[in-house]
Amino acid sequence: MKKILGISILLAVVCMVTAMASDSFLSGYNLENLVRRTALFGIISVGVTFVIVTGGIDLSIGSVVCLVGCGLPWLLTKHGWSVPAAVIAVMGVSAGIGLGHGLLITKLKLQPFVVTLCGLLLYRGIARGFTNDQTVGFGMEFRSLRTLATGQIKLPFIDGFALPAPWVFLFVVAVAAAIFLNRTIYGRYLLALGRNEEAARYSGINTERMTILAYVISSTLAGFGGLLFVLDVNSAQPVDFGNFYELYAIAAAVLGGCSLRGGEATILGVIIGTALMQVLRNMITLVTTRNNIEFAIIGAVILIGVIADELVKRYAVRRRAARALAQETGGA
Amino acid sequence: MTAPLLEVRKLIKSFPGVRALKGVSLSLGRGELLAVIGENGAGKSTLMKILAGVQRPDSGEIALDGTTVELRNVHDSLRAGIALIHQELNLADNLDVAANIFLGREPLKGGLIDTARMRREARQFLEAVGLVVDPATLVSTLTIGHQQLVEIAKALSVNARVLIMDEPTSSLSSHEAENLFKVIRDLRSRGVSLVYVSHRLGEVRALADRVTVLRDGENAGNLEKTEIDHSRMVKLMVGRDLSQFYPHVPRKPGEVVLKVERLQTRAHPRHALSFEVRAGEIVGVAGLVGAGRTELLEALFGVLPAVGGVMRIGGCALAPRSPKEAIAAGLALVPEDRKKQGVILEMAVRENLCLARLRRDQRFGFLSPTGMARLSADMVAALRIKTPHDRQVVQFLSGGNQQKVVLGKWLALKPKVLLLDEPTRGVDIGAKQEIYRLMEELADQGVAILFVSSEMEEILGMSDRALVLHEGRLAGELARGALSEEAVMHLATGSERLAA
Repeated sequence: MKKILGISILLAVVCMVTAMASDSFLSGYNLENLVRRTALFGIISVGVTFVIVTGGIDLSIGSVVCLVGCGLPWLLTKHGWSVPAAVIAVMGVSAGIGLGHGLLITKLKLQPFVVTLCGLLLYRGIARGFTNDQTVGFGMEFRSLRTLATGQIKLPFIDGFALPAPWVFLFVVAVAAAIFLNRTIYGRYLLALGRNEEAARYSGINTERMTILAYVISSTLAGFGGLLFVLDVNSAQPVDFGNFYELYAIAAAVLGGCSLRGGEATILGVIIGTALMQVLRNMITLVTTRNNIEFAIIGAVILIGVIADELVKRYAVRRRAARALAQETGGA
Repeated sequence: MTAPLLEVRKLIKSFPGVRALKGVSLSLGRGELLAVIGENGAGKSTLMKILAGVQRPDSGEIALDGTTVELRNVHDSLRAGIALIHQELNLADNLDVAANIFLGREPLKGGLIDTARMRREARQFLEAVGLVVDPATLVSTLTIGHQQLVEIAKALSVNARVLIMDEPTSSLSSHEAENLFKVIRDLRSRGVSLVYVSHRLGEVRALADRVTVLRDGENAGNLEKTEIDHSRMVKLMVGRDLSQFYPHVPRKPGEVVLKVERLQTRAHPRHALSFEVRAGEIVGVAGLVGAGRTELLEALFGVLPAVGGVMRIGGCALAPRSPKEAIAAGLALVPEDRKKQGVILEMAVRENLCLARLRRDQRFGFLSPTGMARLSADMVAALRIKTPHDRQVVQFLSGGNQQKVVLGKWLALKPKVLLLDEPTRGVDIGAKQEIYRLMEELADQGVAILFVSSEMEEILGMSDRALVLHEGRLAGELARGALSEEAVMHLATGSERLAA
């Protein structure tokens, strides 16, 4: 909870600073855009959280986004597939990718980093192959399908700002993820194996199956994110669609309080972390005239956040240990 | 009397949640062999680590030749002439013998390692420990006994005056152990002082000039050469007569609960193991390190599935492929490495206690918070787990209380067969007795108990019957009446084969 409070304060500060430095930050158009991007990135960040909880990593998210983002318009416009068939196909491929990752990692004992790094190269390569590096898009068609991502929901009593449709999806995904992680036995299994896989296995938990499930969730939500991303922007260039998205997702999760060592995650924190990333990017565009330092600023902010977190944690451990010892000797 | 070479005064060392040393003192004369003995958790390892510079004491003094020294790290200790030979050897087994002896101190020529000189000099130290191998031999190809001699040669090469040996014979065959004793006596005659840590009281009696006994982080007493005998040592170690320390009462065993038939473990597939454990029976498993004791329990529990054979629990045959299957059949395992395999350190007491039962208590996949709270409260009370509240993170409990959490996790499942692997390792004496009492209670309730222990006294004190393993083979079974240290060691070191 303290972590969420910390990052919420950071988010509020960054928002205030940006609002003071730039008039356009609080404009309805900018806010709507910001919220929409946060929702889209939030979905893939929640996905990668499941893998991070197991102590693993998924570097292939951006490429899965690309594969789905290119695959969906390609199937619809170049091959004339029906909407349901195309959606089922791309989501099925995404889930299959996750299953493949999970099997390689648990059954063959390959390292998650290696498996998903190969995935990163592989899926983008495939997307560039079947599109022949040409931009694929919906043109003027599939308007109703696109409202899934571009639609707005008017809120009562608030003028000049409408809730972007992807928020509905993020809300559903986040609530389901939070319930799964905190209220079901399977969530508890994931947290346990992320902390100590051996002890979890010795306690009768099928750790392999749970790990596979985590990779399936990650890739499926990456695919779903990719679907919404391409519906939002209307077309995808295979060369750079979804580039670095895995890093945005992982960074958001880390900012939101996940430990890459595993076993620690709060969904709310991850979403606030995603928002912080997007506000930072927005601030750089609005306040500075130099877009090219975006990565430097984001990198520095995350590094500072992680260092602060580690220092606080060390302090807390030392204090707790001292207290435990005092109790022990006091009681004896 | 001359001043002792090494003198330790009132060392205190605490770890989170536990006070490992509460003011321990010892002294070591020149050319003396001092045995340091004590039960698990008495503080022997901590003391040795402090002397070797691996850990720093909270307070207390260490003096060498009458002057106080500060041992801040391993380097300081080595420079002072103190070398530790750890129970698990610390050799780089991808390098050759000479490279290991001179690791970190390689002789150089023009900035590069002077291999020829290194090997030449290594040979001389190998001779000193009576090891006849080429210094260019890869360490991984040597037997454990020879690797240990390489470690000793390494210690000699830094001019160690004090050699600390932590459980040096725990993985040696009787022949290798005899050879080691010869080397140790030879070193002593040449003026090297030795601190010898062991569980094997027979060995201690044969080798030691003096014995210092630790109990629960404090000095329990010293024995001079003429006073060293088995019952005196044990009495000091456990603080009372042995019969009072181990609460074991033989009871009439019930039906066969666990029947193991021609089980072949993955580590020792050449040997098929067959034995039974009855309801209410406590069976000890003894043997040297590497005899396959842990592997036997892991095969039974499905951690490392057996490659052949079956077991029967109450008549149902099974060969579990995972702990999940073993648990479903009524088995439970308290594993050897508590922190890695037993508990999840960062999770709360309650979460750990409920972990194995989640599946049984679920409601359509959802956790049952009230059920968990009740189960946890019951277990904390029944096992007398000392914790401020069951939301406390397990990490901050003492070893004994952590072990009770592991036991509680399994007792919640009401197992038919309880497997225990070194159940009292790293546990203080109070908790130890509670664990023994708990084993007795469970046996009274008809649970079949199979426990592995490296502590001879524990095997002798707690078993109705003992299985002794030697290099993966079931070397023999000893009924309570036939149990003695000599009988167990005879089988464990494979001597009966040599005699035959």
